[in-house]
Amino acid sequence: MWEIDNKKCLKCGGCVSVCPFGALELKDTIIHDKSLCNLCGLCEKVCPVKAIKVRKNEL
Amino acid sequence: MSYDVIIIGAGPAGASCGKELAEKGFSVKIFDRRKEIGTPKRCGEGVSESIIELVGEIPSKCIAKKIKGARLYAPNGRYIEIVLDRGGYILERKVFDKWMVEKAIKAGAEVQADSFIFDLIKEKEFFVGVKGEFLGEKFEERAKIIVCATGAESAIRKKALGISTKLNIIDSCLQYEMSGIEIDSDFIHIYFGNETSPRGYCWVFPKGRNRANVGVGVIPGEKSAKFYLEKFINSHPEIKKGSIIEVNGGCVPVGNLLKNMVTNGLVVCGEAAHHVNPVHGGGINEAIISGKLAAKVISNCLEKNDVSAKALSKFNELWWKERGEFLRKVEKFREVLEKLSDEDLNDLVDVLKPEDIIEFSRGKKLSTFAKVLMRKPRLALLARHLL
Repeated sequence: MWEIDNKKCLKCGGCVSVCPFGALELKDTIIHDKSLCNLCGLCEKVCPVKAIKVRKNEL
Repeated sequence: MSYDVIIIGAGPAGASCGKELAEKGFSVKIFDRRKEIGTPKRCGEGVSESIIELVGEIPSKCIAKKIKGARLYAPNGRYIEIVLDRGGYILERKVFDKWMVEKAIKAGAEVQADSFIFDLIKEKEFFVGVKGEFLGEKFEERAKIIVCATGAESAIRKKALGISTKLNIIDSCLQYEMSGIEIDSDFIHIYFGNETSPRGYCWVFPKGRNRANVGVGVIPGEKSAKFYLEKFINSHPEIKKGSIIEVNGGCVPVGNLLKNMVTNGLVVCGEAAHHVNPVHGGGINEAIISGKLAAKVISNCLEKNDVSAKALSKFNELWWKERGEFLRKVEKFREVLEKLSDEDLNDLVDVLKPEDIIEFSRGKKLSTFAKVLMRKPRLALLARHLL
């Protein structure tokens, strides 16, 4: 599960810069490509306002 | 229509690269994702006076405040005051970036805002164009060379060079522009401390009229940059009395300088190539230098009609000679700084002289810094890292 709280998100793109899979891109909002995402959680860690939540163990 | 060069990103790197190339007579198109060039800012806006050597006189509308130097605060509140010979500036990035772009336009470059580049066109192992979107309509443009000056926050660099920025060299940043604060506005104020800002620092960059950029950059961890910024503001009554008039977020690469920044038909420069000072995280001057060096190499390659990775790799060579070797030394200095405890930082503020710090931040006299560290047995190991 990958979730972003757009009310918190500053559109700064920090998450995009660390994504090892190219699954994120910054347009007007953060665009998340589910098919590329590996749920590694780096985006969650780098976010200055913790707007992203990643849960790996969900079916 | 086809261009000689397409530049993705109209920040200081893209604009300076575009200006240089347009001046040499090449056709240049610069795309920027933002609806308004320079906005939102993602920057403390501080820059040293040496920017004048890079861009010429800066109009007063681009400058919020001229400053004399910096005060570096240890965790115990004691500080070293550094007065720089020529001082520095706190810019108005929103105005400055537009001014830079307009210089490129005047030189003959075309610029288009609100143009989101979502993909690159590759043919026979060479990048030959971009796919973008402008006001809901998709477009394609072709060029002999693509310049990726997107900043770190773009998936385009990942598509071009196949790399992302490693988490361990990213500082997660949050900044409030505040009004109504009281602080000595002739200096920038930098606060170190492992409790207050792990690895990074808190900053107050005065913009005049009781306004300032108040921010923090920290190593990504359990707590958010927001947590540290609010803690910092709450413990400084002179800042807490102010109001937040703008919120800026961002993440800055503070190391892992790229060995290779080119591929067939494509060059990466500026922050996208981690061209940032690893100690203070400043990237404006580095971006301009990087953009200019890229332009120099690109213009040679276009004249020789060879845009292969091999020909463009002259940029790697040139940049590492001009900036890389120096920035790598600065990175080593940063690697030592981040290992210091609050107690060490308190001691250092008492021992170090302002002129030493200027030299260290320029990657010079690191052996002097090593000698200071060696006075304490537990810091001696760190000292060896610098020698």
